[in-house]
Amino acid sequence: MSEATATAARPAIDLARIRAWLPAYGVYMAIALLLLFNVLFTPNFLAWSNLRIQLIQVAPIVIVALGMALVIGTEGIDLSVGAVMALAAALIPLYLGYGVIAAIGVSLVAGVLVGLINGTLVARVGLQPIVATLALFVGGRGLALVISGGQLKDVRNEDLIYLGSGDLAGIPVLVWIAALLVVIVGFVVRRTVFGRRLLAIGGNRPATELAGVPVKRVLITVYVLCSVLASVAGLLAVARIQSSDASAVGLLIELSAITAVVVGGTPLTGGRVRVLGTVAGALLMQLVVATMIKHNLQPSTTEMVQAVIILVAVYAARERKSR
Amino acid sequence: MALLEVVDVSKVFPGVRALDDVSFTLQPGEVHALVGENGAGKSTLIKVLTGVYQPDGGELRYRDEPAVFDTPMDAQRAGISTIYQEVNLIPLMSVAHNLFLGREPRNALGLLDEARMHREASEILLRYGVTTDVRRRLGTLALGAQQMVALARAVMIDAKVVIMDEPTSSLEPREVTTLFGVIRDLHAQGIGIVYVSHRLDELYQICDAVTILRDGKVVHTGRLADLERLKLVSLMLGRDMSAVRREGFTGFAGGHDTAPDAAPVLKVTDLNSRRRLHDISFSVRPGEVVGLGGLLGAGRSETIKAIGGAYPIDGGTVEVDGRELKRPTTVQAVRAGIAVQPEDRKAEGLVAGLSVRENIALAVLPRLSRFGLVSDRRIDDIVRTYMDRLRIKASSPDQRVGDLSGGNQQKVLLARLLATRPKVLLLDEPTRGIDVGAKAEVQSLIDELASEGLGVVLVSSDAEELVEGADRVVVLRDGAVVGELTGAQVTTESLLETIAAAAELEENNE
Repeated sequence: MSEATATAARPAIDLARIRAWLPAYGVYMAIALLLLFNVLFTPNFLAWSNLRIQLIQVAPIVIVALGMALVIGTEGIDLSVGAVMALAAALIPLYLGYGVIAAIGVSLVAGVLVGLINGTLVARVGLQPIVATLALFVGGRGLALVISGGQLKDVRNEDLIYLGSGDLAGIPVLVWIAALLVVIVGFVVRRTVFGRRLLAIGGNRPATELAGVPVKRVLITVYVLCSVLASVAGLLAVARIQSSDASAVGLLIELSAITAVVVGGTPLTGGRVRVLGTVAGALLMQLVVATMIKHNLQPSTTEMVQAVIILVAVYAARERKSR
Repeated sequence: MALLEVVDVSKVFPGVRALDDVSFTLQPGEVHALVGENGAGKSTLIKVLTGVYQPDGGELRYRDEPAVFDTPMDAQRAGISTIYQEVNLIPLMSVAHNLFLGREPRNALGLLDEARMHREASEILLRYGVTTDVRRRLGTLALGAQQMVALARAVMIDAKVVIMDEPTSSLEPREVTTLFGVIRDLHAQGIGIVYVSHRLDELYQICDAVTILRDGKVVHTGRLADLERLKLVSLMLGRDMSAVRREGFTGFAGGHDTAPDAAPVLKVTDLNSRRRLHDISFSVRPGEVVGLGGLLGAGRSETIKAIGGAYPIDGGTVEVDGRELKRPTTVQAVRAGIAVQPEDRKAEGLVAGLSVRENIALAVLPRLSRFGLVSDRRIDDIVRTYMDRLRIKASSPDQRVGDLSGGNQQKVLLARLLATRPKVLLLDEPTRGIDVGAKAEVQSLIDELASEGLGVVLVSSDAEELVEGADRVVVLRDGAVVGELTGAQVTTESLLETIAAAAELEENNE
C-alpha cells in the first residue's frame, strides 16, 4: 500500500520545462550566482582592476571558442586550434620586419591554410573531425617550434603591443576585438545563408546535401574560420605577453574552448550554435578559477569544480528522447 | 479471461485529449489490429500500455487484476513487450549478444557462458527462420533478420503480450511471410498480439480482431473478418463509404493530360553505376507521371538518387529540358530543376532539430537572401505560401519538424522541394508511413503538380498507388529496365506479370 501512495505522488515541479530551460540559460544563472557570491564574500571582486584582468584573460579563449562553436555546430570538433595559435605566434616575429600588417597577414594566412587542410580532410577525404584535426594538433605545434627555432623571442613593435596591452575608451583593445568578433560570429550564425546551412549540416548532413547545399564548401569554410580565429588569438597572445613562445602559446586551449562551448549550451551533436552562451561559458569558467584563487583554494580543487560544471552542462544538454 | 484490458482510459495533453474514454480488450492468443490515422491516438494508447505514459483516467487490467505500470521496465517485467518500427538493438555486437543482452547465461564461476549462449541463440533464431552464424555482428544482417532478432528477444522475456508497431515497414515480402509465421506460432501459444500497421492487406491476412481509433475515441471494435475493407477505411477516415468506393483507395484521379509529342522534360540515357545500375534509359514529358516499378533492390531508389546527383555514376547522361547536366552533383541537379524526395525522410530528408520554416527554406536560401544575408520576410512569405498550399499542420512555422506527425513531415519535405521551383520531381515512396488522410492529400497533390506541367517520377512499393498514380510504368529488375507499361497496360496484374516475367527470363539465362 505504501508503494502505491509513493508512486501516486508526482513531483510538483515540471521537470521537462527545467530540462528545456537549463541548457539554454543555466550558464547565465550560474554566472549571476557566482557574481552574487563574490559580491558578498570576496573583497574588491567587482573592482574594475580585477574585472579588467579577468576580461583580458578570457578574451583569447572566447575568440578560439567562437570558431570551435561553429565547428561543433556542424557536428565536428577542432583539436588543432592551440597549434594554430602557436603557429601564428611563431610567424609574427619573423615578419615584423616587414611591418605589423604583413606579420599579421602572414599569421592569418597560416590559419587559412591549416583550416583548408582540416576542412579538406573532413569534407572531401571524409575523415572524422577528431582524427583529421588531431594530425595538426600534433604537427602544427611541431612546425611552430621548427619555425621559431624553439626559442622565446621578444617582440618590441609598438603597434602590435597596443593590440595586446593598449586601451580604447578605458577598455582593453583585446576585449574590444573579442567583443567585435562575438558580434560578427553571432551575426553570421543568425543572419547569413552560410550560418543557416552550417546548422542544417550539423542537424542532418545527407539531407542537406540532397537539398542542393554545397556541403563540402560550407564545411571547409567553417574549418577555415575556426583556424583564422585561432590565429587571431595567437597573434593577440604575442601582443599581450610581448614575446613569442611557440611551446607555450595556446597550450591546452582546445580544451578550454570546447568547455566554453559545451557549458554555454551548444550540443556536441550539432545543429545548434549558441554564440552568447559560448561567451558566457568561457566567462563562467574564468570566474570560477578567479573565485577559487581569491579564496586561496588549491588549483586541484578548482579543477574538480570545473569538472563538476562540465558534467552538469553536459547532463543538462544531453539529447532529449523524442516523443 | 481477458489478457489485457483497457477500461475507459483517458489521456490529456495540453490542448489535446489524446485518448477519450478508450476501452479495448485483448484475449489470449488473439492478434488484435489497432488502426487509425496518425494522431488518432494509437501511439498514445501503446505508450499507456507499455508504461511510458500513465493514464489520466480509467484503468488498465492485466490478467484480470488492476495494473499500474510506472515505467516501461515495469510493463516489460509483467510480460508486455514492444517492437518498434526501427530496430532497437546494437549493430556492433553479435547476434547472440543482442539476443541475450542483460540476461546472458553464466557458468559456475559467474563468467559468460559463450558456448551455451551461442547454442541457445541458434536454436531460438531457427524458430524465427533466421539461420545465420550467431557470432556475426547484428549490423551485418539484413534488416528483416534484425527485426526477427528483435522479435525473438521480445518474446524470450516470457512475454504474454507483444505489441508490434509497424513491424513490416522495413521488411521484404519474404521476410513478412516469415514474420507472419512467427505471429501464428505466438498466437498458438496463447500470446496476445497488438498489431499496428497502415497496410490493410496485412491486417486482413493476420489479425483476428480490430479496434479503430479516430480523434482519440474508439469508433469500432470487433472481429476483423466481419468488417469490409471499404467500411474499415471509411471508419478510419470518418468518410462516407460510397465516397471511398467512388474515389478509389488512393487520392489519385487517374490519367494526366500530356501531349504525346511534347519534348521530354527529363531524359535519362544509359545511366550506369558499377555497383547497381546498368544502362538505365527513360524519359518523362511535362505533366506526366512515370512510375518506376520493381521489387525491393531492383535499383529504383538508386536510379532516383543517381539522377539527383546523390549516387555515384560511371556513365550516362541526365538532361533537363534538353540541357545536359555537366557534373552529377546534388548542387547541379537542384540548380537544373531536379527535386528528389528520398525514401527515408528521417535520415536523408528532414533536419529534425530545425524548425518547419528552416526546413522549407533550406534549399532556396540564396534566392531568399541578398549578399549572403537571409531575408526573414521573404522566407516567411514562401513558408506561409507552402504551409497553406500543402495544408501543413504545425503549431507555428517555428515548431521543430521532428515533433510533427509523419504526414506533416512529408509535406514539409515536399514544400522544400516545391520551393526550388523544380521542373522534375522524383518521389521515392512519397506516402510511406503516413496516415490514410495525408496519403490521399499527397497523392492528389502529385496529380495537381503534374497538371501544372511538372514531370514526375514516382517510386512506390504499393502497387495500387503506382498503377493509379502513374501514366506509364518503367519496370526495373537488378538495376536494369526490363519493361514498360503504357496506356491500358498500366494495371496491377500486368505490373506483377512484367516483374515475374523478367525474373523467369533471368533464370532461363543462367
